[in-house]
Amino acid sequence: MRHHPSYRAFLAHRLSGIALALFLPVHLLVLGLAVETAALDGFLDWAAQPMVKAAEAILVVLLALHMFGGLRLLAIELLPWSDRQKDWIGWAAAAALAVGAGFVLRSLA
Amino acid sequence: MTGTLRVEIWRGAEDGRFEAFEVPTQPNQTVLDLVTYVQRKLDPSLAYRFACRVGVCGSCAMTVNGTPRWTCRTLVRKVAADGRVRVAPLRNLPVIKDLATEMAPFFDKGQEARGRFIPSDPSAKAVATIPPEDPKRKEADGGIECIGCAVCYAACDVVAWRPEYLGPAALNRAWTLVNDARDGDATGHLQAVAEDAGCHACHAHQSCAEHCPVGLNPARSIAGLKRLVILAALRGQL
Amino acid sequence: MKRLELWLYIAQRGSALVLAPLVLLHLAVILYAVSGGLSAGEILGRTRASLVWPATYGLFVVAAAIHAAIGLRVVVGEWTSWRGRSLDVAMFGFGLLLLLLGLRAVRFIA
Ligand code: SF4
Ligand code: SF4
Ligand code: FES
Repeated sequence: MRHHPSYRAFLAHRLSGIALALFLPVHLLVLGLAVETAALDGFLDWAAQPMVKAAEAILVVLLALHMFGGLRLLAIELLPWSDRQKDWIGWAAAAALAVGAGFVLRSLA
Repeated sequence: MTGTLRVEIWRGAEDGRFEAFEVPTQPNQTVLDLVTYVQRKLDPSLAYRFACRVGVCGSCAMTVNGTPRWTCRTLVRKVAADGRVRVAPLRNLPVIKDLATEMAPFFDKGQEARGRFIPSDPSAKAVATIPPEDPKRKEADGGIECIGCAVCYAACDVVAWRPEYLGPAALNRAWTLVNDARDGDATGHLQAVAEDAGCHACHAHQSCAEHCPVGLNPARSIAGLKRLVILAALRGQL
Repeated sequence: MKRLELWLYIAQRGSALVLAPLVLLHLAVILYAVSGGLSAGEILGRTRASLVWPATYGLFVVAAAIHAAIGLRVVVGEWTSWRGRSLDVAMFGFGLLLLLLGLRAVRFIA
């Protein structure tokens, strides 16, 4: 019953959304604290560690996935129906991966 | 092709278990044929529903190997790849006995979604002319052939997670009426589907469309309702 | 409130419309900043040059707080047995928390 592309797109959207919602307060708190205590440089050093970079790359992919998948949902709900929306799932996933690849490449550069 | 097939059938109400039967196989046998054989030859106490046997009445829907289907039009060879068929009652509905579910919640939601025709002119004598190429007519056409089998309702996870949700069939019906030039109460239909368990609860994951045996796309109808409901709400017309 | 679910849904989709271009911008900023290891001074030097950055990120924070709180409320309501008034209050609090944390972070780039 759940083995079809639109359902998988729904799951990806929901799981990435949950992850982002839980990460967001931490992100904002750390950022705020870092700037407030003028520790931003230290924070940026910390953020340059490989493990932290890898986690960031995943978050960047999740953010891109949620955004591109969300655009597809908005198109489904707000524009006249198109059977092409099935293809958009693939495009959204590809775009998210491309952003993630871009992040990894740029951080290595 | 002769031989037998192991058919597991749900027995009991909500609390129950699967009971296995050996059923002789036939060419072009349907899942409904299997169930009927069991009831006629092996255990007359088995409860299930059917009427037309040709995919018109919508009464024979069951869960076959985990998927909701119309059993009278489901060929055994299509679903019994591994030589096993497991038949259970439809999901998301109370089980009365064995394969028979209580359909009242499903049909009640059709009424709750105001899924009935409200004539704009009850005294009209002439047949209304609606050109086939009329865009609203086309939208209504896309959803009009619903046989009320509740397969989509059983396939919908939102119904499972949020039991008061009106569900795909009721909303699809409302959409056909909103697009019916003869219907006089578009606002009434929209008000009904804008209630708390209405169209906006749908996540557009389209399990309904994947499973509808007659190939309707309730998700598309619901997307149409969402657009109209958003517009009406923003304009203060609800 | 009458039709609370519908209005939350509209706020959810409305905030999504606002968020989409902002997330795109944010991704671009991330991709830009990640290479070459910007120092704090450089980042703040650029953002403090105009009001556009704090205003944009301020809007981002407001939209994200609305979007995340409503979205999480739907997920919790569907995937757990927690519903009703207490969930509404908790999710309102969650949105408020995001708003305060976010605005505090944005204040420093102004
Ligand atoms: S698209 Fe909507 S109605 Fe269809 S299965 Fe998904 S939630 Fe249910
Ligand atoms: S929309 Fe399709 S699956 Fe749903 S009740 Fe009607 S015919 Fe059955
Ligand atoms: S028995 Fe009528 S649709 Fe299957």
